Amino acid sequence: MTATTPAHRRRAWRATRRAVLLNGALIAATILTLGPFLWIALASFKTQIVLLMGRVTFTPVTMNYDEVLFGRTSTFASNFVNSVIVASVSTVLVMIVGFLAGYSLIRMRWPKFVINLFLLWALLFNLVPPVTLAGAWYELFRTIHLGNDHVALILAHTTLHLPMALWLLSSFLRDVPRELEEAALIDGAGFTKLLRRVVVPVMMPGIVATAVLVFIFSWNEFPVALALTNNTSATVPVGIAKYAQENEIKYTQMAAASVLSAIPALLALIFGQRFIVKGLTAGAVK
Amino acid sequence: MARLKHGTAARTLSLLPALLFLVLLSALPLANLFALSFAEVNWTGGTQSWRWVGFENYQALASDSLFHAGILNTLLLVLVATSLQVAIGLALALMCSAVGRKSHAYRTLFLLPILIPGIIIGAIWRLMYNYQFGIINQVLGYLGLGQVDWLGSASLAMWSVIIVDVWHWTPFAFLLLLAAVESLPQDVVEAAKIDGATPYKRFRRITLPLLWPAIFVTFVFRAIIAFKVFDEVYLLTGGGPGTATEVISFTIYQRFFIQDNPGYGSAMSVTVMFVVALVVAVAMTRQRAEAQ
Repeated sequence: MTATTPAHRRRAWRATRRAVLLNGALIAATILTLGPFLWIALASFKTQIVLLMGRVTFTPVTMNYDEVLFGRTSTFASNFVNSVIVASVSTVLVMIVGFLAGYSLIRMRWPKFVINLFLLWALLFNLVPPVTLAGAWYELFRTIHLGNDHVALILAHTTLHLPMALWLLSSFLRDVPRELEEAALIDGAGFTKLLRRVVVPVMMPGIVATAVLVFIFSWNEFPVALALTNNTSATVPVGIAKYAQENEIKYTQMAAASVLSAIPALLALIFGQRFIVKGLTAGAVK
Repeated sequence: MARLKHGTAARTLSLLPALLFLVLLSALPLANLFALSFAEVNWTGGTQSWRWVGFENYQALASDSLFHAGILNTLLLVLVATSLQVAIGLALALMCSAVGRKSHAYRTLFLLPILIPGIIIGAIWRLMYNYQFGIINQVLGYLGLGQVDWLGSASLAMWSVIIVDVWHWTPFAFLLLLAAVESLPQDVVEAAKIDGATPYKRFRRITLPLLWPAIFVTFVFRAIIAFKVFDEVYLLTGGGPGTATEVISFTIYQRFFIQDNPGYGSAMSVTVMFVVALVVAVAMTRQRAEAQ
């Protein structure tokens, strides 16, 4: 044991106090962040009366989930299926179209104005409120009789998230060493083989990061889905919004539906948080 | 330097799909929107007919009180919420980096609000703000304070919306700023420490100046997203009471879809796009001028 002088002890005490203060503040922030989720999760296991009475202790019930998932008047299950279809298909489309375009723009010697055109598109698209685009798409799809269909919303979501994907994928593509590709070409790899065997595997983390974000954004998107869907094609956010507009709001069912709609976000957070951080920061830093 | 050689076919085919999306689903609808803004649309028997009205739609904007309220409220929300988010996000980022490696658990948990659908955020807070049984009024009740009508009072509703927006998006500001804080050159901070600079001085004279570009970028990014706010307001207040929380996206939605007035809604959309592009252009040229 080393001898502890008063000076030592004071320094150690100061370091401890600093750690306690820092962690205390961060834990408080965490509680503020997670608190609302915990409260809504608790509310989803209450009966309407228990919630209205504001009781602290209660016997949890699963009737809200039963009603939301299997109730005869509930549209949640069909909303969920619609959301899965729209988000999955539009993510696949965004990734294929975005990856090809990103590779083409970065590596294939396009004239400057073509590259600038796409850059400007990406920039403008991020500035414009989606509601304005919703109006434009609504008119377009109504004219070509594609209104209120999955196809319309899938195409709209693909267009909406393509600029972001193009932006992210291009920034990840720039990190792929050019020598690697040159070596593959010298070895006689064709274009598709080059992409499949070399480029895609090397930038897999970037591709996953982009795909996770695009899926989540499509899952969460509300204004465009609201404009382009009807009762049968409505997605989860549109379905949730309906709860609030009924004459007699079923608060606890709304809570249960909210918890269920957060599943993709929770899955992404548990399994893909590294990718999410990568995707969210790459957009801003690069 | 040797450049990669690809065939022209591969080159064209790889860009073509994106180009189709750009032309057919972005440029074309936007051009249509622009044309629509000078027209009045009528539906008779399933067919659409346009009547050209010149600048009438734009002139009507000048006297639309809903539009004015939408613009003002949105600007208030963008300025106040974004400033708070950047300030709180910066404080959290500095604290997290001071804690060191163990802070990754905090970072993961802070991510959650960014990933949850905005409409769910609206639903959660609508329940929490509830006058009767919401957790916030319950806690105030336990503390012996009176209940507050968070969403129903015209003077409070906007601030309630701002609180939700701050809660929702501070993690995003935090994430961007944490990346910047973690890439700060450590030797400069160490040197200042050895020279005996107090923590406050180190922050004021070294950390903050080095972080300015990142803070600016975070502010702009957040401001752009804040300007589009729609989902939370839709569920929390629906723009009310009165026009207290009317935000511009909501105004456009109401005029375009609820009142089914595409011509007028388009004129509003075009105006908003123009204003946003103008603000960003000015901000970017100023930033560039300051950098030189």
